[in-house]
Formats: sequence, C-alpha cells, structure tokens
Amino acid sequence: MLIIDCPYCGKRPEIEFSYGGQAHLARPQQPAQLDDQAWAEFLYMRTNIKGVYAERWRHARGCGRFFNALRDTTTDHFLAFYKTGEPRPTLPAQHERTT
Amino acid sequence: MADATTRSLPSAAATQWLMSMPPAARFVLHGDAAARAAAAPVWGTAFAEQACRAEIGNGRAALWLGPDEYLLLSADIESEAALAASLEQALGDLPHALVNISHRQFALEIRGPHAATILSGACPLDLDLAEFPIGMCTRTALAKADIVLWRTAAEVFHLEVWRSFSGYVTGLLNEIALEFHRV
Ligand SMILES: [Zn+2]
Repeated sequence: MLIIDCPYCGKRPEIEFSYGGQAHLARPQQPAQLDDQAWAEFLYMRTNIKGVYAERWRHARGCGRFFNALRDTTTDHFLAFYKTGEPRPTLPAQHERTT
Repeated sequence: MADATTRSLPSAAATQWLMSMPPAARFVLHGDAAARAAAAPVWGTAFAEQACRAEIGNGRAALWLGPDEYLLLSADIESEAALAASLEQALGDLPHALVNISHRQFALEIRGPHAATILSGACPLDLDLAEFPIGMCTRTALAKADIVLWRTAAEVFHLEVWRSFSGYVTGLLNEIALEFHRV
C-alpha cells in the first residue's frame, strides 16, 4: 500500500484516496463553441507519460478534498504533493525527465 | 425531522467495551473563517484551525472534518431545532452551508485497553497515542464503512456511523473482539 501525504491531513494510507487522473487540465471556457475533435481532445486525450506525472487525487475517505501529486510512473514513487490551484512544483534535476 | 420511533437507537449489544451512545443533535457546517467566527459564540466551542482536531465544551463538540468543514455534536437532541435556528441567525448572510444530520448517523463508543487494537482490525490508521493523540478526529474507513473516528481519551474512541451501517460495524467489531475473549 502507498502512503499518500494529503496537503491538509498529512500522511494517510492509499485506501482512503481515490484517483482523479491527469492534473492541470483547463476546461474550455465555451465548450459549445468547440468542434467535436477539440472537445474529444479535452475529454479523452491524456499524456500518459513514462516518468514524472502530475495527477489529481481526492482524499475521499478523509477530508474529502482534491489535491495534486507528482508521481514517477516508472517507480510509483511520489515526489511532491500540493494543493489544487498551486503551480506544479519544480523538482531536483534528476527527476525532471518527462519521456 | 424524524419522530420518536425512527429516532430509536440502532441495536448494538451493550458490552463493557462497546456502547451505543444516546441520540445527539448533529450538524455539518461548511464555512470560511468569518462564518466560523460568527458561529463559535453561539455554538460555545472554538473551531480548530489545526487539521483533524476536535474542540469541546458544555456538552458540545466541533470536529474538523476538512478545510472549512466541521461536524457539530450536541448531547441535547431536544434543542435540535433551536440550535439550528440560532446558528442560522448568527451566520446570517455569510456564505455557509449548515445541514442537520442528527438522524443520519449514530455514535458508538469503544473503550478499554484493547480499544485501539480492536479498531486496528478494520481501520488502516496508526492509532498509537503518539500518531493519533487525544482530541484527534478524522473521517476514515472501518473496513467497508466510512466512519468519523475521534479519540476522546487514551483508551476511549467515539465513532460516528451512518445508520444503515450499524449492523455491519457492530458485527464486525464484535467479531474482531472475539480474539480478546471480551464478548
Ligand atoms: Zn485530507
């Protein structure tokens, strides 16, 4: 089981959290003005990178809040946790590979 | 508001270590610092700024559930409506949400030297006194049920359980406790 560090509650077991997918996706301001292709890009297309991934988590069985995390998808190690609305933190150079 | 028949306690075998608590008035308050400052004098307890902490006073409690979210408990179920009205009056036009959940859930109390160990049979948190001190409270999991867990003394835990989970939660706790020959 992973230990996840909720920015509000602190370190808690993974079982209390639900996964929320890729972080920092901006919902289009006027969805009705998009064509099907652009709307499908927003709804379905994710980067799915091998490396450091910014993703949303929700402390569903705790404080109930969404927040963001940086996780290395090759090692499953969490590298940072931060509140929704805060910018993606910069990591030491050895972690900043994104391919 | 439920009448007296539906207000009766879910059945939970009374034992020395597991007790069904009397009915209580319960509210969930969502509100920022300004709303909490307005509600605190009426409610009579402070609202903890620190995460996962409860404040108590005069038979009432305010439990931190999340940023801007608190569970308010009062032993005085009879003043349920009056409490809600006075809180609403104090909160006025400040942005807030106040919901009466008195009849949605009920409370269990687990006490004794095995209390933390029995809970650990189904709860994933570290309940060591250093990690989960007196006065700490949080929503968490008890096997498949969501509960609010609150440590009121070193060997006493208060659990808020949704009513439909009463049989599941009490049955599970009794089964875990078999190991200690205390049933
Ligand atoms: Zn949390």
